[in-house]
Amino acid sequence: MSKHLLEVKNLRIEFPTRRGLLTAIDDVSFHIDEGEVLGVVGESGAGKSLTGAAIIGLLEPPGRVAGGEIIMNGRRIDNLGYEEMRKIRGREIGAIFQDPLTSLNPLYTVGRQLTETIMTHTDMTPTKARERAIELLTEVGIPAPEKRVDQYPHQFSGGMRQRVVIALALCVNPKLVVADEPTTALDVSIQAQIIALLKKLCRDHGTAVMLVTHDMGVIAETADRVAVMYAGRIAEVGPVRQVVKQAKHPYTEGLMGSIPMIGHTGEKLQQIEGSMPRLTNIPTGCAFNPRCPKAFDRCFKERPNTIDVDGTEVACWLYDKEAAHV
Amino acid sequence: MSDAMTSDKMVAREKAEAKVPFETILEVKGLKRYFDVSAPWLNRVLEGAPKQILKAVDGIDFAIKPGETFSLVGESGCGKSTVAKLIVGLHGPSSGSIEFEGMDIAGRSRKEMAPIRRRLQMIFQDPYASLNPRWKVRDIIAEPIRAFDLADSPDEVLERVGRLLTQVGLAPADGDKYPHEFSGGQRQRLSIARALASEPDFLVCDEPTSALDVSVQAQILNLMRDLQKELGLTYLFISHNLAVVCHVSDRVGVMYLGRLAEVAPTDLLFSKPRHPYTRLLLDTIPDLEMSGRERMPVAGEVPNPINPPDGCAFHPRCPFANDRCRSERPDPRPTGDGALVACHGIEEGRIPDAPIISKPAVPEGLSA
Repeated sequence: MSKHLLEVKNLRIEFPTRRGLLTAIDDVSFHIDEGEVLGVVGESGAGKSLTGAAIIGLLEPPGRVAGGEIIMNGRRIDNLGYEEMRKIRGREIGAIFQDPLTSLNPLYTVGRQLTETIMTHTDMTPTKARERAIELLTEVGIPAPEKRVDQYPHQFSGGMRQRVVIALALCVNPKLVVADEPTTALDVSIQAQIIALLKKLCRDHGTAVMLVTHDMGVIAETADRVAVMYAGRIAEVGPVRQVVKQAKHPYTEGLMGSIPMIGHTGEKLQQIEGSMPRLTNIPTGCAFNPRCPKAFDRCFKERPNTIDVDGTEVACWLYDKEAAHV
Repeated sequence: MSDAMTSDKMVAREKAEAKVPFETILEVKGLKRYFDVSAPWLNRVLEGAPKQILKAVDGIDFAIKPGETFSLVGESGCGKSTVAKLIVGLHGPSSGSIEFEGMDIAGRSRKEMAPIRRRLQMIFQDPYASLNPRWKVRDIIAEPIRAFDLADSPDEVLERVGRLLTQVGLAPADGDKYPHEFSGGQRQRLSIARALASEPDFLVCDEPTSALDVSVQAQILNLMRDLQKELGLTYLFISHNLAVVCHVSDRVGVMYLGRLAEVAPTDLLFSKPRHPYTRLLLDTIPDLEMSGRERMPVAGEVPNPINPPDGCAFHPRCPFANDRCRSERPDPRPTGDGALVACHGIEEGRIPDAPIISKPAVPEGLSA
């Protein structure tokens, strides 16, 4: 059995609510290898951010991991206590969030936040840590880092702040970075800069990335493999080229068709009718069945297994039928 | 009965339009909007700080033909939303004119604006913030009908609301619900229904799909396109998403720091972008064709609009900038094939048509 850096097995996340139990993530399994970029796409409410939060142990109560395992480097991390998890977070798993303004403390200088993180996880002296902080700021492309290190987050622009957050996530060389919509709050030209930076740094450091985003374009450019999520389940996981070019799952197909592309003016966009079901109201069988143009009897009765089709794992009965025919 | 009436009204309107054929439905000339962002008076006196003026829109011209979709695209802070607000009259311009069918509507009184406001409606970005949560959907959509006195009886108002809801792909029974009972995409449909309620000719759409998921965005873009065909609407479409803009527009204006960098028909803009900013912007579109090319991100960021650079505002980021670019502000000039470009380099012919040097591969847009 090959050893994966991170393995998520049958993860199930539940939220107890007044109106009963809400299953936000239902039986999700995937893995990330060392140095690999796994893209996780899906529409809002698909559970992609929640999966990321569970991995870094920042699931907000009352949400809880109700089943399954998260294994990092051969060690189970989903049942660790707060203090133990705190040591892993930052040291082994770094995090980058969507809004750089809320993920930096406005009352501390950028340098203090960096040195604090570095000193928590290593035994560097304050002077050494400060040098390292300046080095990191240089690495993420912040001009005049010696001056900038003593400034506060509000003195940075959005793109620069996100660079600081990246520096913060990478400051003690974690093995894995969970990046939750790292470019969504940024302008297009800045987005391109940040993606290029993230790609370069992770390549240089050999860091694996779980890149959570709703933007298929960002995934296509950055990821090695993609997991497509729908209503708290995985629809399809496979190499990025295959998923983007020859989507197997009808949902992925619809999603790809609905993205407007340069050079395709005048045509009508393909659209998926309806919207994602509410989590309280997920249909039996395949969660996508009410919107699926190819749904048949079995889709309404049984939840599809993941089926391996040319290296892509697809949760769709269409492919089981085909396999039976051959 | 009322069906016949509305169609009568529509015929009447068409006749009115036929009488005075306007080549442009909306024309904006030298439009400027400055905001005073100075510190309070007392601070200025005590600290000797000067007045600070933010030039959100700094002299732009464009014209929109009836039935077309004109898009303004640019990064945040370039002034595109301010233009939208100026046109619908939510801001008054600092100078310049906005002509709607030949009549200057800039700075008119509320009363004078009323008949024009009926024909000029707006769809906002955030469907969670633009619908009153305490009103039933029916009342939200009926408001313009009542305000402009477009129906003769309460029954007719109801019937119209039902028809509008059907038109945007919802059911007439949805009128009894409140906005929170709808998803983001459905709410945007409600905003569209409300905008259509006063039978407008011109819709200003400020980032109408930016808050939506892609599959829902596709639904809304398709709906807007169908409605345009059906009702002969003219759109001013504002977005930061180049792919969406490319999909919906007939002509596109690229804005940078309150000025237009380039205005061109969509096909031309995307196949042969001239202005260095347009080219670099096009190059930032994530590549779904998976050609594997390395993108060359635009260096730098949009400068602070309170203190824009002298000369061409793009010169600090432009690889072709020379002394003239740093001192003299370029004005949009026709290029001969239907585009307007504000760039000294293009005018002097010193910017090569070939892709920008620092890039290793031909960008998608140019090779297509």
